[in-house]
Amino acid sequence: MTRMITQSDVAALAAGAAVFGTGGGGAVSTAQMGTETALLEHGPVRLRTVDELGPEDTVIAMSGVGAPTVGIEMLTSAEQPRTLLEEAQRVSRRMITAVMPTEIGGSNGVGPIGWAAQLGLDVVDADGMGRAFPEATMVAMNVAGVPRNLTVLSDVVGNVTVMRTIDATWLERHVRAFSVASGSLCLGASLIHGNDVAGAVIGGSVSRAVDVGHVLLGATHPVEELSAALGASVLISGKIVDVSRRTVDGFVRGSVTVAGVGLERDRLVRVELQNENLIVLEDGKVRVSVPDLITLVDSETGHAISTELLRFGMRVSIIAWPCDPLWRTSRGLEIAGPHAFGYDIPYRPYAGSGCPTKKRAAVSGGV
Amino acid sequence: MNNKTAGLAAARSRGPSKRTGPSGPGIALSLGVDVGGTNTDAVVLDADNAIVAATKQPTSEDVTSGIRSAVRTVLGAIGERRSDVSHVMLGTTHATNAIVRRRDLGRVAVIRLGAPASTGYPPLTSWPADLRETVVAGSALLPGGRMVDGTPISPLDHNGVLRFLKGLDREVDAVAVCGIFSPSFPDQENEVEGLVRSVLGDSIPVSLSHDIGAVGLLERENATVLNAALYGVAREVTSSLLDVVAEEGLGAASVYFAQNDGTLMAIEFAERYPVLTIGSGPANSIRGAALLSDVENAIVIDVGGTTSDLGVVSKGFPRESSMPREIGGVRTNFRMPDVLSIGVGGGTRIDPVSGSLGPASVGHRLTSDALAFGGQVATLTDAAIVAGQVDGELGQRRLSAEPRVADALRFGLDRAHQWVAESVERLSNGKLDTPIVVVGGGAFLVPDDLPGAGAVLRPEHGDVANAVGAAMSLVGGRSQEISTYDDREEAVARASRAAIDRAIEAGADPLQVEVYDILETPVSYSAQQTVRISAKAAGPLSTLATRPCHKSLDQSTLSIP
Repeated sequence: MTRMITQSDVAALAAGAAVFGTGGGGAVSTAQMGTETALLEHGPVRLRTVDELGPEDTVIAMSGVGAPTVGIEMLTSAEQPRTLLEEAQRVSRRMITAVMPTEIGGSNGVGPIGWAAQLGLDVVDADGMGRAFPEATMVAMNVAGVPRNLTVLSDVVGNVTVMRTIDATWLERHVRAFSVASGSLCLGASLIHGNDVAGAVIGGSVSRAVDVGHVLLGATHPVEELSAALGASVLISGKIVDVSRRTVDGFVRGSVTVAGVGLERDRLVRVELQNENLIVLEDGKVRVSVPDLITLVDSETGHAISTELLRFGMRVSIIAWPCDPLWRTSRGLEIAGPHAFGYDIPYRPYAGSGCPTKKRAAVSGGV
Repeated sequence: MNNKTAGLAAARSRGPSKRTGPSGPGIALSLGVDVGGTNTDAVVLDADNAIVAATKQPTSEDVTSGIRSAVRTVLGAIGERRSDVSHVMLGTTHATNAIVRRRDLGRVAVIRLGAPASTGYPPLTSWPADLRETVVAGSALLPGGRMVDGTPISPLDHNGVLRFLKGLDREVDAVAVCGIFSPSFPDQENEVEGLVRSVLGDSIPVSLSHDIGAVGLLERENATVLNAALYGVAREVTSSLLDVVAEEGLGAASVYFAQNDGTLMAIEFAERYPVLTIGSGPANSIRGAALLSDVENAIVIDVGGTTSDLGVVSKGFPRESSMPREIGGVRTNFRMPDVLSIGVGGGTRIDPVSGSLGPASVGHRLTSDALAFGGQVATLTDAAIVAGQVDGELGQRRLSAEPRVADALRFGLDRAHQWVAESVERLSNGKLDTPIVVVGGGAFLVPDDLPGAGAVLRPEHGDVANAVGAAMSLVGGRSQEISTYDDREEAVARASRAAIDRAIEAGADPLQVEVYDILETPVSYSAQQTVRISAKAAGPLSTLATRPCHKSLDQSTLSIP
């Protein structure tokens, strides 16, 4: 059954993408507005599963790169997605057939759906992270060793840069340089051959974000229903008793401590955070760590709370669930395990609650 | 308090001992008016900020006649001393009402500078269609704007601006201009203002976004367009207030408007920035309650019939929300007090079987529907009476409840106390001894022994705290800069200077205005280390900077501080 994303799914996609943002990934509201406008104008986009891609397909993985603060002021140009597409087709001499979000977590999980509508392309039901990560190196394509030697970047003015870098570390360095020159905001795209997609992406993540979002928006008991849909466990529901942020060389590092209430009043759970929530500690022991997913949600509404909005006294629930198996490989952990974020702890896979429920909420019908 | 009038001419009530209100020679009495959804309150304060007279009147449909009536009542109560009134301060809902009801709004031509950036998000896309139709005379997304580091996105296109303005086929009442990163680099918006005047004449009002809001393009643009649409409303309100003031023989008094951050602006400023009056009510109430209790840091709880509204006053100013606010369906990002509303009010219903609370309230029908008044509905007021927690005439009322209902009432009241305690804790940021100031008709619903909180203060005249807040405010200004981490000290100095200039422009005494808050926020994900700096300044009213309402200058407005 072919599945479509319609304008009425965008709010759900945004709520779901915020949950997969694990505290980072940028605010979804501007991207939500842009995508709703694009789907209204150009109609729904078709989702294609990874299995449906073949040798004749070329996928363009897209994302915004830059500072979220800039992202709410210097908004992208309507031309940027097409500029990227055309340049990528020109230099690769391949016909691009589908768009994939590089990062499902946060604003980058929402924007590419609107760009696909504008470009008249399908969306691959997958992304490169299954969550949000801060760096271009932290993508599934890098874990799987799929060649990503061609990257195209475009800025709001119309400048386009084609990069052929020798590895992901150099890519990260050059992308940052271009981003700064572009006013700390640009769009980036890389190409994946249809044959290479399977095993090199996090499959099903777009529809999963939409489904989880619909569950959340329609829930009577949001935290429970959201957790069930994700296969997540609620580590604690309590109140924030401490938020500490320190600025190291202009960048934020911090932690937030949640105290239990009622019968659990003796429990204290701490979350270490950088741009995303990275580690959960209790009684000096690590309970969950990156790349497994950790999100703080409002205990009443179930909506994800991004790290910069955490405040003393908020009623929150910490939910955690397992990452994609790809991240648990030794290469995956090297790229995005605790060590990659500067924590000297071994990674222990987190089990979550087992299987996510397969219940589908009222989503857009097939065609 | 009696709803008609409450002249307290003789009552020298307990006011703050420390003077934080307007000061300087020539200020004898201040008249503060605050228009709320239900009531219009007015107070007269003396030079020591003691209440000389106060009144509460129903808010009139046209708002202005309610203001006139409230002003008349307090002036009547002070008799001869009316000639000593040197300052009049008004907090009003005219602007909010105009937007919500889509009435009396002007037609605005909207110019955004920044193309080709932001072309994916044309101006006003997210507006409700009816409001857009009412307000917009035309919009253009033109070249211009700057990047975060000041680099021009594209050169300003003078001819493009002129062509757009000359091509407008609808009547234009005002123009709104919003450039990308104009809060840091306002030059292009100023230039466009000049172009607008060259085409549409010197009298056309122009709203520039860097004067209105902070970083966040769409939200700032929305607020700027709303501001431009409100010029007509602002002219109407300021002229009718000046009329009231003149009719009452207060012609020599200076007139100020309350802003949503708990500070005042001079009347000329209010004519230019009417959107800044939106949300001044809660700000005045929070600030006034703290001032009446003589505390600078407190949590204020205003218990009404339907909800309790909790806010925080920190160093004398209301704490602001970091969340975007919608006004009439339009998303904006300008400063609003952080108010937490919970469903605990005097009229909140209690389920007689389960004891669960609300969310419905009997509202103004309390005196007919509640058990204590012979009605059939169990409310929190009934629960408090049964528990013996209500003083005065209301507490004397007898009500008979079967044991089962009495249990439910007790349970409901416990739940309300718990909810208030949780909310106080949530707002306290972990400071255990923060004083709690309780005002409003349902104040008895807040117990004296809130766990984790400081002393519970119940100031006299708490029911007119909002008008007191308006009368005792300082004049404020603010500014925001984005800078690289290395240049941040210079940027802090620049932002501070700009905030001080704004406060002086708004009517603060240049000799006494001070920066009271500087916030540095790192901009993460930026390869270049960048910080956002916000500065806020405030000072007492200048006795020189504002214009008197009559041409005949009085000594008091000429005295040099």
